[in-house]
Amino acid sequence: MIAFFLRRALWFALTLWAVVTVSFVLMRSVRGGPFSNERTLHPAIERNLQARYHLDWPLWKQYLQYIGPLNLDEAGPRFLDGDGSDPFGGVLVGDLGPSFKYRDFTVNDIIAQSLPISVALGTIALLWALLLGLATGISSALWRGTRTDVAMRLFATTGIALPNFVIAGFLILLFVFGLPLFPVAGWGTLRHLVLPGFALGAPFAAYISRLTRTGMLEVLSQDWIRTAHAKGLPARLVVLRHALKGGILPVVSYLGPATAGILTGSLVIEKIFAIPGTGSHFVNSALNRDYTLSMGVTILYTVLVYALNMLVDLAYTFLDPRISVEDA
Amino acid sequence: MRGPKARQAVALGLLLGLLGLLLAVTSSARLERADLVINNGSEPASLDPGTVTGVPEGRILRGLFEGLTVKHPRTLEPLPGVALTWELSPDGRVYTFELRPDACWIVAGTDPARFGERGDPLTADDFEWSWKRLLHPLTAAEYAYQLWPVRGARQFTELPIDRVYATDRAAGAWLRTEAGVTRVGLTGFRLLDAAGPDGRGGADAVRLLVAAGDRLRRGAPWLALGDTLVPSAVDGLVRRVQPQPAPTVAALASEPYESGWLVELEPPANGEAQSAGFVEHERFRDEVAWPGYVGIRAETPTTLVVELAEPTPYFLHLVSFYPLFPVNRRCLEEARERWPDSWEIEWMRPENLVTNGPFRLLERRVNDRLRLVKNPVYWDADRVAMNTIDVLAVEHYGTMLNLFLTGEVDWIDRCAPNLVHRLIQREDFTPRPYLGTYFYRVNVKKPPLDDVRVRRALALTIDRRAITDKIMKKGERPNWALVPHGIPGYTLAELEHAPPGAAFERYEAAFAADVARAKELLAEAGYGPGGKDFPTIEIHYNTSEAHRDVAEVVADGWKRNLRVDAKLLNQEWKVYLDTQRSVDYDVSRSAWIGDYPDPNTFLDIFVTGGENNRTHWGDPRYDALIEEAAVTVDATRRMELLHAAETILMEELPILPVYTYATQNLKKPRLGGFYENVLDEHFPKFFYWMDDAELAERRAAQPPEWERAPAGGPRQGLYPPAGRDEVLR
Repeated sequence: MIAFFLRRALWFALTLWAVVTVSFVLMRSVRGGPFSNERTLHPAIERNLQARYHLDWPLWKQYLQYIGPLNLDEAGPRFLDGDGSDPFGGVLVGDLGPSFKYRDFTVNDIIAQSLPISVALGTIALLWALLLGLATGISSALWRGTRTDVAMRLFATTGIALPNFVIAGFLILLFVFGLPLFPVAGWGTLRHLVLPGFALGAPFAAYISRLTRTGMLEVLSQDWIRTAHAKGLPARLVVLRHALKGGILPVVSYLGPATAGILTGSLVIEKIFAIPGTGSHFVNSALNRDYTLSMGVTILYTVLVYALNMLVDLAYTFLDPRISVEDA
Repeated sequence: MRGPKARQAVALGLLLGLLGLLLAVTSSARLERADLVINNGSEPASLDPGTVTGVPEGRILRGLFEGLTVKHPRTLEPLPGVALTWELSPDGRVYTFELRPDACWIVAGTDPARFGERGDPLTADDFEWSWKRLLHPLTAAEYAYQLWPVRGARQFTELPIDRVYATDRAAGAWLRTEAGVTRVGLTGFRLLDAAGPDGRGGADAVRLLVAAGDRLRRGAPWLALGDTLVPSAVDGLVRRVQPQPAPTVAALASEPYESGWLVELEPPANGEAQSAGFVEHERFRDEVAWPGYVGIRAETPTTLVVELAEPTPYFLHLVSFYPLFPVNRRCLEEARERWPDSWEIEWMRPENLVTNGPFRLLERRVNDRLRLVKNPVYWDADRVAMNTIDVLAVEHYGTMLNLFLTGEVDWIDRCAPNLVHRLIQREDFTPRPYLGTYFYRVNVKKPPLDDVRVRRALALTIDRRAITDKIMKKGERPNWALVPHGIPGYTLAELEHAPPGAAFERYEAAFAADVARAKELLAEAGYGPGGKDFPTIEIHYNTSEAHRDVAEVVADGWKRNLRVDAKLLNQEWKVYLDTQRSVDYDVSRSAWIGDYPDPNTFLDIFVTGGENNRTHWGDPRYDALIEEAAVTVDATRRMELLHAAETILMEELPILPVYTYATQNLKKPRLGGFYENVLDEHFPKFFYWMDDAELAERRAAQPPEWERAPAGGPRQGLYPPAGRDEVLR
């Protein structure tokens, strides 16, 4: 168990380092900078801005400063007692630096404010996706080849084919302008999360439905399921206690990336429903050349994907007795 | 962890945890609806008046802060703000502002019980400090140049950063080893009284504690900067002390600045050279330097004297512009003491920010909303109607329109281009001319565009009416000049073209005449039938449907009328900017929005080598006219000079003008104190909800074809602001 975690931690550190380095280089090699604007700055003013954010340093030095709690300013000791001129603490100490675009916030502030909102939205989306996906997937597998199966599969295919913003549009037409049950957009109460959660979860529900159906079909044809039936167990128990456990394994492995995707990839839904989550920062920070924020959300995504995948691996050992942590 | 019970417990715990988070997140976010909800279009970059440049920021800052003057919401004429009165010297160079004695700052904090307490008085010193902070190189303000009309201001901003040491409390010291001697010197403290009239806090604040023959010891004091003793970084016997003269202003900007004393030490006995360079900067980086030569002076607590380098007729407009709003010195300095590494962010937090405007900041949620509440200690609080204003940061066109249509937002500042035709007759959509020009820049160094006849032919064959009437549709006006329509006292110097009639048929005839002329010009330049083939040119624009549509109309016009092929090239915004900046294009889509209603804000762009020129074009006659206009006091004469400059521009055509922008606000009919003006600037201070009688009166005056829209308005009673009419006349 400990070896497992150590191994994972090592790989995690390596992956993170690679992600940070590659995205740092990529971000800086894109044309245009955080301060380029419709109005070109006067050279003196531009120089002042560059100096303030250390953009006049060579790239390697900016990189080192970004990574570690080092002080690379020539004027050295002056900054050790901190005079505000060097707000970069470095990724190593968990300080992602000040945002270039939203200058009143650090990247840590922005993530701290927006992540819980994305998590709340993601929770609703995921719960609803699981509920709907599992229910339809299981029934589809149980009544294979019937009209129910066709209807469920049609639902799943539609869900996958329709982008979530189209679903969002229909939801708004139906439940805001048709039957005014929910607010059209904005943020502040649980009611604000219902429509976006629904729209965000729909494609995931469809995927889960398909995965569950496939997984269940495979398991239901196994010998030990037949044995369970033969032993006279009620069908409900066979399905829920025995078959389901094996049948949802594909869903579980899909849940890791799906959760990360739901938490961070809700860009379009967040835009349409004006939800101040992390999603919009992924695209906007790159468009704004907000170097620190874009690095920050990239790191966040890396951490989330990695952590969730690890959870999935652990969940496997719970669900499938044939797999132990050491194999994972 | 292995039993089914434990697993169930873990799963249940996880589920409960998530639900708890859900509740916690949503319950902390709940807010009562504000009296007024406006959408700002994007999250403000900052609320620091000294460092922002955008329209959304300006809108919030006009609520939170107040400058010496405010603009009349309809006419944009200056009204008294923090200043009660102002006077201009006869030569047009010295402004004297008398501040109102009752203006004050708020008390920091978000506890509503303390909102009624008056903070520090707002004095002329606050303005002197804030304005010099704006200019200071270390503030790195993008809008520092707005204050450059002030004497010495530009030189101050242009000072090399590592030479801006002198402040009223601190200076720098340096150490250098030269042949045979070690020199220890002071640097910068005399910046204060270099040509400064008062020399406040200058050389007197600094004393040298050693004389020739003394021994300088590492760690022991050798300089006194006010109350601070500066420890020496070296040991050595003092051989000679040499006073250094104060430099001139010009020398400050170009030469390494050293002043005070040079202390020569005996050469080190072991012959080792000591490290050169600066050894100590006593807190200079976070101090704000006050060179005396900048023409901003608080003469008394209520008198601010501003000396301009040249008479600047639009200076009063600048004074009401948000970069010139005051910021609270104590607020910044205390933040700096408490959070030495992050004060630049900390002082902006709602619980720390100290402001002086009609509203104060209660809450700020990134990418969501800012909540402003009325500031009861604002000098004119009686006439502020709204108690709370929410400012949203919704970027998506469809979403903001949905929010407006469902009544959750009372004013949105833009409208989806593809819906304009559906909204144009509604009473809540009232577009008006806007002080901005849409135009194409031309690379005048690149053949065949280096030929002015070619540029003129291209300019004449842009079907402007097709663009304004069929694409834009909000009342944009075709423009044949750089300066937009709508500046009082100025006549546009239009490109020579057949005058179009008001009716579309008349315009068609005029356009045909222009096309005929363009064909002649192109033939004269040697292209067309019997001449050279015209190479394909590229129209460069930033990725956006509207820009693409315009470019298509332009390209189509050139193709049909001149047989000139034009390709469309779109680039992502920042890449597009980079391309335009390096003038790596043929024809590039551009726009310019004026900061103040004066032609100078447009014409100033195209002086030779100007950083916004970006066309390679330059003309000494043009530069001379712009320069002369800058020093001309007589308003009529000045406008004539600017007109003459624009005439040159429209003969040379480094740009192809297309149209004058229109505003695109959607606002609830009941919202009062909101006027469409050419700057599209609106002032939260004057907003109120009309009562039924006033609304009915307004509606009666509307054109009969307008469609009624939901009036919107207050949820809890009406807010008639006392004395509103008397202020707005």
